[in-house]
Amino acid sequence: MDTDPELPARLARDLDGSFEALVVLHQRLVFGLALRVVGNRADAEEVAQDTFERAYHALAGYEAERVAAMRLRPWLAQIALNLARNRVRRRPPPARPLEDGDGQPLAVAAPAADEPPALAERRTERDFWAGLLAGLPRGQREAVVLRHVEGLPYAEVAEVLGRPVGTVKTHVHRGVRQLRERLEAGKERTP
Amino acid sequence: MMNRPDAHDSLDSGWRELAEGLHGLRVDPPAGLRPAVLERVGLADVFWTVHGPAGPLLVAANGRGISATAPGDDAAGFAERFRARFGRPLRAAERPPGRLAAQVERLLDPGRRATPPRYDLRGTSEFERAVLAKAQEIPRGQVRPYAWVAGELGRPAAVRAVGAALGRNPIPVLIPCHRVVGSDGRLTGYAWGVPYKRTLLAAEGADPDQLERLGRRGTRFFGSDTTRIYCYPTCAHARRVSDPHLQRFGGAAEAAAAGYRPCRVCRPPALAG
Repeated sequence: MDTDPELPARLARDLDGSFEALVVLHQRLVFGLALRVVGNRADAEEVAQDTFERAYHALAGYEAERVAAMRLRPWLAQIALNLARNRVRRRPPPARPLEDGDGQPLAVAAPAADEPPALAERRTERDFWAGLLAGLPRGQREAVVLRHVEGLPYAEVAEVLGRPVGTVKTHVHRGVRQLRERLEAGKERTP
Repeated sequence: MMNRPDAHDSLDSGWRELAEGLHGLRVDPPAGLRPAVLERVGLADVFWTVHGPAGPLLVAANGRGISATAPGDDAAGFAERFRARFGRPLRAAERPPGRLAAQVERLLDPGRRATPPRYDLRGTSEFERAVLAKAQEIPRGQVRPYAWVAGELGRPAAVRAVGAALGRNPIPVLIPCHRVVGSDGRLTGYAWGVPYKRTLLAAEGADPDQLERLGRRGTRFFGSDTTRIYCYPTCAHARRVSDPHLQRFGGAAEAAAAGYRPCRVCRPPALAG
């Protein structure tokens, strides 16, 4: 469940009473998006906290009518994306290796001996896809993450990125094509 | 809407593999994210323990500032009373919030002059906040009467309301409502019991027993016959007066009749005390 049509109205009526519901509903998107941009869980968690804190204070300052009419998901994604980009920009070139979704360095290939095989398999698979995605240029990567990792409709992806839907579609398609080319190339190298 | 292949993405196995791989990158947010957010915006609080002047002190806070204190170490009871009063959850801090915790330590350190931490006083009235701000002006080791607070706020008749506001202080010890006493030096009331108030004042260097003795003898102010200024007995200026020069007054009228003026630091009433 990624949307709740009643939530904006409830936030407008009672921000303090409904804010937790907003966090619960959107924390996965906000954290996941931040993680794909900043590349490690610690920074992503801080970006996610900052995102919700900004959102809270913004909502507290808006007129009730404005809050009731908000499209919360793209709005939050946009805040998260901006904060994550700023953090990457401020950061010196990466001293630590890229991490996958579980906070594991991408270079680590051998799973722990006591790890269930299924989990280990999943981990290496994630490493693989995260690494593939990390190789895309930023614009394509952000568009692909919003569309195909987080599953937002194109209209919302366009809203988050502040670009026309057509441009966003082009970015997604170019990104997907590159990913497929690399996927095929990888398969040819390791038959 | 999830990863539905688009019209010109053919439904081949390569695409499916890619779509599934990308979708598999969706991650669960860390379990600590939600509580951390709620604490930062002030919809939930954490607590930790500090060494207070009269024993261990539980201190609660959120992103807006310190929100409550409680005596002793009954964490469960504190959380329960906290929820009943503020309607927010309270949990033990994994580690005390750095900056606030350091400010609390400095505030409780008798050897230091400290800027108080930020306080979260949502739920108090404007009058209550004004009373609590006044109490914070009273230096450690000193006391002022309820009537002084009322007078300073321009509401000389509101002595009882001042007492009620201090009694509702959500952050005792850190906001020093214990430094406000009866005009006759009696300690009167305290949310955590008068013995606790006595221990606090004694630990801070005010001598509550002596203040009560003075009050019983009818002494309200000390004056110096060299400066012709009168003060509350615990004012730093009154304490510097040596015994041969010390005058005792039972009220402002008496001091005024003797040609004394009120101290500009502790600001006793100018007449009719």
